[in-house]
Amino acid sequence: MSAAFLIEQGLNGLQFGVMLFLMAAGLTLIFGVMGVINLAHGALYMVGAFACALVAPEAGFWAGLGAGIVAAAGLGALIELSVIRPLYARDHLDQVLATFALILIVSEGARMVSGGRPLWLDMPAALAGSVTLPGGVPYPVYRLALIGAGLGVGLLLWLLIRQTRLGIRIRAGQADREMIDALGVDIARLYTVVFALGAGLAGLAGAMVGALQSVEVGMGEPVLILAFVIIVIGGIGSIRGAFVAALLVGLTDTAGRIFLPALLALAWPPAEATAIGSALASMSIYVLMAAVLAVRPRGLFPAHG
Amino acid sequence: MAEAAAEIAAPARRRLPEWAVNAAIAAALLAWPLLADAAGEPWWAGLAAKAAILALAGVGLNLALGYGGMVSLGHAAFFGIGGYVAAISADAAFSGAGVLGLPGSDRMLPIWLAAMALSALVALGIGAISLRTEGVYFIMITLAFAQMIYYLAISWPAYGGEDGMPIYLRNGFPGMDTNAPLDFALVCLGALAAALLLSWRLTEARFGRALICARMNPLRLATLGMEPFPVKLAAFVISAAITGLAGALYADLNGYVSPAMLGWHTSGEIIVFVILGGTGRLFGPVAGAVLYVWLETLLGGVTVHWQMGLGLVLLGVVLFGRGGLIGLLCGARRHG
Repeated sequence: MSAAFLIEQGLNGLQFGVMLFLMAAGLTLIFGVMGVINLAHGALYMVGAFACALVAPEAGFWAGLGAGIVAAAGLGALIELSVIRPLYARDHLDQVLATFALILIVSEGARMVSGGRPLWLDMPAALAGSVTLPGGVPYPVYRLALIGAGLGVGLLLWLLIRQTRLGIRIRAGQADREMIDALGVDIARLYTVVFALGAGLAGLAGAMVGALQSVEVGMGEPVLILAFVIIVIGGIGSIRGAFVAALLVGLTDTAGRIFLPALLALAWPPAEATAIGSALASMSIYVLMAAVLAVRPRGLFPAHG
Repeated sequence: MAEAAAEIAAPARRRLPEWAVNAAIAAALLAWPLLADAAGEPWWAGLAAKAAILALAGVGLNLALGYGGMVSLGHAAFFGIGGYVAAISADAAFSGAGVLGLPGSDRMLPIWLAAMALSALVALGIGAISLRTEGVYFIMITLAFAQMIYYLAISWPAYGGEDGMPIYLRNGFPGMDTNAPLDFALVCLGALAAALLLSWRLTEARFGRALICARMNPLRLATLGMEPFPVKLAAFVISAAITGLAGALYADLNGYVSPAMLGWHTSGEIIVFVILGGTGRLFGPVAGAVLYVWLETLLGGVTVHWQMGLGLVLLGVVLFGRGGLIGLLCGARRHG
């Protein structure tokens, strides 16, 4: 296992973690501000990927990327206005059920549009090449671009929340929604904006990942579950926690996939070692979550005190 | 708290008495496979078995979710464990190999016992950790534990991995020909009736009152001298055992098990049965599961995109039809 291989896999883990962060940031923002569990967040990720895959062949990748963000954010705003708004006062059970219903509806809608076949999305020509890592291993530029884009969006999000008026309102909404309502902030519109923002982030992640894998119905659900694990590890409502936890989960998952099969191969035949190792790697994330919650029941960075 | 107040303040509108609605549902469910069999439609008798099994899974979850307020998004774990116990036991009996030193069996009664025992044991572990948290964290943690078991099932090549494993011959039940759709449906309905009886007796007993109080006002329960945690844990374990039994029957119904039984979609569907029918109502999950199976069959006959219709119906129930089917017919529940 050479250093170059470790760098390559480390970058893969980082890229995975950064994409998960985009998902988890929206999810944790929506929960932190509105107290809503959005199971349909994975469906918005899928919508972003589908919009990109449908628009990109006609108008190019960058237009597709924009279409992915706009489609997901638009659908997010629509969902907030029509379905989520009546549910703010209800318990989490109703929110779980309503957003579960939304998954069924959006997935079936995507199946109608695509005819149930997976779509393929080409990466933009400018990013299609590869660079040579120290150690002589070629590495795709596109994955590096994803890491850069994810970190850049994370920085923008941080600036938005720390430095702008909207960010002040979002933080105030997390802390005390009645007070900022009394101070004259239109809380209903703030909620719609936050929901659309979270949905747009999911759409962006979906559109970018669409060039690495097939775009198909159900692609959002494994990512959704990982995003849930991340926001629970990071502390629900905390963007910083989501960032740390996303990288932790991305790297743990990738490291598990490399090292566990190799470790098991010492005792088992290679084929079985690979199968068992990759499944144990998927379990390792949940073990990580259970371990974190055992020590800190409210996550690494609890949002409220 | 607000929910409790609403329940007490709900005006007593003129609605059907709940016992009458329950009796009607029970009678209809019993008549369904009998009529289907008499009409020479074994497929419809099989569908009745499916409805009864899904209802049974819902009756299990209802104990935790409806009465105890524990929103578990991980009951697929117990459903799947029950299914795998049935398949592995039948397989071990077929090959004569045994599992972990225990002999396999192709009889339903010992399989049910094992499925319930293993589900209960796993639930004891999951519950002991998960019940330290509440609210959203409880939902997420139960989901995470179920996913853990899901990946374990995928990883285990000996038990079929991603492909699952078949049950070549439906397991036997004394005095019944379980391969006949009518007999199998009656076995499933018998199990459902037993679970409903247990659920009813439990919730009417001191334990059930304590459980309902633990949901509505845990502080009051504690000041009355009862710790909420053990009460909730016990309810969670019993709930898991009932859902595990449903899983064993479901494996027999389909003739195979796959990791999909453990997937989080299954957990979502079991929640749907409970809420569609009426949360915390004795016959709620039964009404919900029957409605679900009919929707699936009828919409599925019209369009391949039946999940779209199902999603819209669900959305309508959440937004406008609080209290589910039983709530619609009998009015809001007074307590519990």
